Amino acid sequence: MTKPPAVLLLPALAGVAFLLVPLAGLLVRAPWADLPRQLLSAEVGEALRLSLITASLATIVCLLLGVPLAWLLARGDLPGRGILRALITVPLVLPPVVGGVALLLVLGRRGLVGQYLDEWFGVTLPFTTTGVVLAEAFVAMPFLVISVEGALRAADPRFEEAAATLGASRWLTFRRVTLPSVMPGVVAGTVLCWARALGEFGATITFAGNFPGRTTTMPLAVYLALETDPDAAIVLSIVLLLVSIAVLAGLRDRWISGPT
Amino acid sequence: MTLHAELRVTRGTFTLELDLTIEAGEVVALLGPNGAGKTTALRALAGLDAGGRVRHNGSTWDGLPAERRPIGVVFQDYLLFAHMTALDNVAFGPRARGVRKADANVVAAQRLEQVGLAGFAKAKPRTLSGGQAQRVALARALATDPELLLLDEPLAALDASTRLRVRSELARHLRDYPGHTLLVTHDPLDAMVLADRLVILEHGRVVQQGTPKDVVRQPRTDYVANLVGLNFYRGLADDTTIRLDDGGTLTVAEPATGPVHVVFPPTAVSLFPDKPSGSPRNTWPATVAGIEQHAHTTRVELDGSPAVVADITTATVADLRLQPGTTLWVSLKATEIHTYPAG
Repeated sequence: MTKPPAVLLLPALAGVAFLLVPLAGLLVRAPWADLPRQLLSAEVGEALRLSLITASLATIVCLLLGVPLAWLLARGDLPGRGILRALITVPLVLPPVVGGVALLLVLGRRGLVGQYLDEWFGVTLPFTTTGVVLAEAFVAMPFLVISVEGALRAADPRFEEAAATLGASRWLTFRRVTLPSVMPGVVAGTVLCWARALGEFGATITFAGNFPGRTTTMPLAVYLALETDPDAAIVLSIVLLLVSIAVLAGLRDRWISGPT
Repeated sequence: MTLHAELRVTRGTFTLELDLTIEAGEVVALLGPNGAGKTTALRALAGLDAGGRVRHNGSTWDGLPAERRPIGVVFQDYLLFAHMTALDNVAFGPRARGVRKADANVVAAQRLEQVGLAGFAKAKPRTLSGGQAQRVALARALATDPELLLLDEPLAALDASTRLRVRSELARHLRDYPGHTLLVTHDPLDAMVLADRLVILEHGRVVQQGTPKDVVRQPRTDYVANLVGLNFYRGLADDTTIRLDDGGTLTVAEPATGPVHVVFPPTAVSLFPDKPSGSPRNTWPATVAGIEQHAHTTRVELDGSPAVVADITTATVADLRLQPGTTLWVSLKATEIHTYPAG
């Protein structure tokens, strides 16, 4: 390997420091002695449990809707596919708080759809746990769709033709041939989607509010605790950091070792 | 029972216009250069692309998608499902057509046994050799008892030594298969060993068809002459002597026993005005039946025992003063003759 020029090396090292020092700071400032008590406290436990449940439910919603959507984008022969893909990826770059406002306008009690949900079924979504799930799914689904679509595009469609010549319907082909062959992409997309849902803040607090036990997920709890109990905020942050590292470790084959 | 197909496919400036008939039990080889439309024809027949009108046994397959046609396809690179075992691959077709899992597995195990892979039921495709994968692909295509078996360059992905063995195995399986077979290939040797009839396709049109022997003896275009530039016989080998089915014997370099295919290029044949002496060659008298001028060589068709096709230089034609009816001696080195087990 050649010696990198200083003009590149120095900014690169600064970049590493910029990314890693704050995380190290979190560990340095952590109230280690007090950690077990904090971790086992009711507030932390409640927020953690709520986060895990809502993120998992949101991921299931994303899988049920996102995998067929990815298939449509990758294989479907529909006009305006490029535009559709662009629209679907909007939540990826949209500030989550805007997503939250949008959800509120549509699904809120006075919203375009929400008023009928309320009127006909007596269902209200904002400021409920279901609302948290919806907000998380809204923000996280593009991650899953993009990942699965990429895997589907990379998969050789001739295997689907081979299945067709053997008499398989398109649904059977999808289930038995296509889906298993893109499983690594689905798993990666699911993990990314789940991690994104777990860390969701902006859309959740806008659409679902911050009600402990009902809508206060871990990120919201961190924000809340920072005002009142900074040590608790650090503990919650460390838990989220550990979850993130675990996710990275789970995806190491795909990301850390580079493209294979 | 005859299968009739009318294939009409237009893609950009390319049009395929191909009428095919295949008898039950017959193997037809569709032979042609790259871009001639062979794969297009196969895809249309399979229902993977539009344009394949097929009549068979009182029913028509027009407009039916692949999954509703009674076909089996062996693809060039086999396309075995990587996440399934060999058995699951073979059982996939019967399962897709509604056979219960246990029954489908029984059928699949039988098919694997037929291709000599009974011990590989649990193997994943990536652990199989090229020849084994090809046999699994054949077993998978036949597991649904298709009316029409389509083979797309089934030997192209194999190395030369494997190819020889797999080719004669494939010939045996095709002989046992009662349905209609279409073999797509650009390799004249595959076509001649495996097929009963050749259909030669150029630019989307049939330029010639007939038995391998007819096509070799009377190529209608330069392309066909070059493509099938091989002398081809069936015979019975006993050590280094082969008695040909249509008369004549040849001495070969490599000993063999039983039914064999014998192949040598027309360039391996030399012609002499008198019986050559003193060399361990195959020599026999023959009469010129036809002379055809090609770009750089002259192809001479000779009647004799056996009949043979020779490519010689234009100078030799002049030296020998060749014309139809001339009697000459044919000479052929034993080392120029290739023999393959016939099954």
